[in-house]
Amino acid sequence: MSLTTETTARTAASFRVTRSQRNVAWTGAVALIVVVVFAFLPYIVYSGSTSILVQAFIVLTLASMWNLLAGYAGLVSVGQQAFVGLGAYFVLILALHGISPFAALPVAAIASGVAALPLWWLVSRLRTGYFAIATWVLAATIMLIIEKFSSIGGGTGLPLPGFAGMDPTLLTAYTYWAGLAVTVLSLAGIYLLLRGRIGLVLTAVRDDEVAARSSGSRVGLARLLVFVVAGIGCGAAGGVLAISQLQVQPSAVFSVQWTAEMAFATIIGGLGTIEGPIIGTIVYMVLQQTLASYNAWYLIILGLVAILVALFARRGLWGLVDERLHVRLFPVGYWLRTGNAASRGRRSG
Amino acid sequence: MAWVNAIIQGVLTGGLYALFACGLSLMFGVMKVVNLAHGDLAVVAGYIAIGVIAVTHVPVLWSFLIVVPIMAVLGYVLQRTVIQTALDRSVLTTLLVTFGLSVVIENGLLQFFTANSRGIGANLALVTGAFTIGSQISIAYLLLLIFAVAVAVLLGLQYFLSRSKYGRLIRAVADDKEAAQLAGADYRHVFGIAAAVAFATVALGGIAFGMYSDLDPTTGTDTILLFAFAAVVIGGLGSLWGTLLGGIVLGVAQQIGAQINISDELLAGYIVFLIVLILRPQGLISRGAQSS
Repeated sequence: MSLTTETTARTAASFRVTRSQRNVAWTGAVALIVVVVFAFLPYIVYSGSTSILVQAFIVLTLASMWNLLAGYAGLVSVGQQAFVGLGAYFVLILALHGISPFAALPVAAIASGVAALPLWWLVSRLRTGYFAIATWVLAATIMLIIEKFSSIGGGTGLPLPGFAGMDPTLLTAYTYWAGLAVTVLSLAGIYLLLRGRIGLVLTAVRDDEVAARSSGSRVGLARLLVFVVAGIGCGAAGGVLAISQLQVQPSAVFSVQWTAEMAFATIIGGLGTIEGPIIGTIVYMVLQQTLASYNAWYLIILGLVAILVALFARRGLWGLVDERLHVRLFPVGYWLRTGNAASRGRRSG
Repeated sequence: MAWVNAIIQGVLTGGLYALFACGLSLMFGVMKVVNLAHGDLAVVAGYIAIGVIAVTHVPVLWSFLIVVPIMAVLGYVLQRTVIQTALDRSVLTTLLVTFGLSVVIENGLLQFFTANSRGIGANLALVTGAFTIGSQISIAYLLLLIFAVAVAVLLGLQYFLSRSKYGRLIRAVADDKEAAQLAGADYRHVFGIAAAVAFATVALGGIAFGMYSDLDPTTGTDTILLFAFAAVVIGGLGSLWGTLLGGIVLGVAQQIGAQINISDELLAGYIVFLIVLILRPQGLISRGAQSS
């Protein structure tokens, strides 16, 4: 039954619009506890475990940003490695000037966001597939330009300075906290962004772009903002990558493999939900750790699973949960609930 | 004279890029599919050619007689199964699926055939030979042959699309697939035929690149897909002969870049691509780049 027939069939009084069917206060409380537990982990576990978690933080941040682009704004970017690389190089450049890499991290993230503005201007004219390959060409071009500067390592890259004399245990812990902070800020930022006006515009565009434009939604502005936020997030993840690897190498940080990982994690977990990338990252890390000794196999398997999910379970693993339980841990859309308790209500967003 | 030589080399490599680009352009023009696995499939064709030559000892040049039909069948099957299923979902899904295919193929090649690069027929007189004009200009027989093949392919495609029965069907389905369906054309089958034709050109592109340079698992995305895309955008979306023009502009830009500084070959090509993207957006939009 369409929304229109539903609304005309009943009186307006019998409707209730809510963010969620259940109280979400507990989600916030649990999220807080999870973050606190994660924050205390370096005191408890070995550094081997925290470095695996740093990798998971990077993938989760990237996947959440890619989800924001593809799942909410309909922008399939295959060139997000441009921002991973830029973030890593901004940290390197600042570190070469004597600034602590940890202090450089937020600056690098903002700088990546600023860099997203001219890049958006170049690619925003293109849609869907052409947008995808154009972002890829941009990432390749940026790498070629950076390789021309021998002062930052040219084609081979440089080790990241600024850690001399630092206790290795402390360095591992700081790296871990930096990764955790980037991930928490990214997820919180995306959540707030989507709950606000931008989220509403993006939902309207996704449902009907022409209708959204004609009712005055500033679609271009919303997409620009999403692209910049994704630039900041991917730049921050790239900065954490540089710090955790202790070196920056152009072909490694600008590898399209980053986009493959963020896209696959998002698709498998569930495109267009905040929970999706979290589930996807867990699947990704489990597969990657299990198949670590089989070289490229984890990417092959992830890719095949992502293809199957995209074709046959379009809303991913979280979508399967949501369909049965109607749960959103981070509700950004709305539920239209009818007065009739038997009816399940409609969801938008 | 060095500059004249650079321009001649650029024009000739433009033929190779047109060979990469015409399949991408055809698939977008007919199915509205941007196939992100385009380049990797060309590498697959090149690897098949290497295998076919090693096993059957056919002359290198004639290997295409076996590889092209294989790729055409693969194109038809892939279109009727994976790509059509994705198309039935949404344009976004086709992008996700072809990107997935690209990564799977690339890493699969890496896993089974290592990262070593391989050439096709590297010891052939045709592949290494060249003739000279004056003292500065040297023209490789191979590049000349590839350019001729590209022009022949474009002529063939033009004739096929404008004259043949399937060509008419393809144009009808590309214009309005529902209307064509009502008139009795099974658009899924026609899409399959178009994909088979596109994959046949992909096969030629892969073999040509294997003879011109070396193939390795990353060539498909690093070189073939990005060059094909740049050629399509520079030349004008949706135009077959535009891919030749775009390929030539890209090739000349790269060769002139290499003439200035040998490491600037790729960068020069991409910068020309970006300039075209900035200066001629109206051309891009009007030819369907913005269809969503």
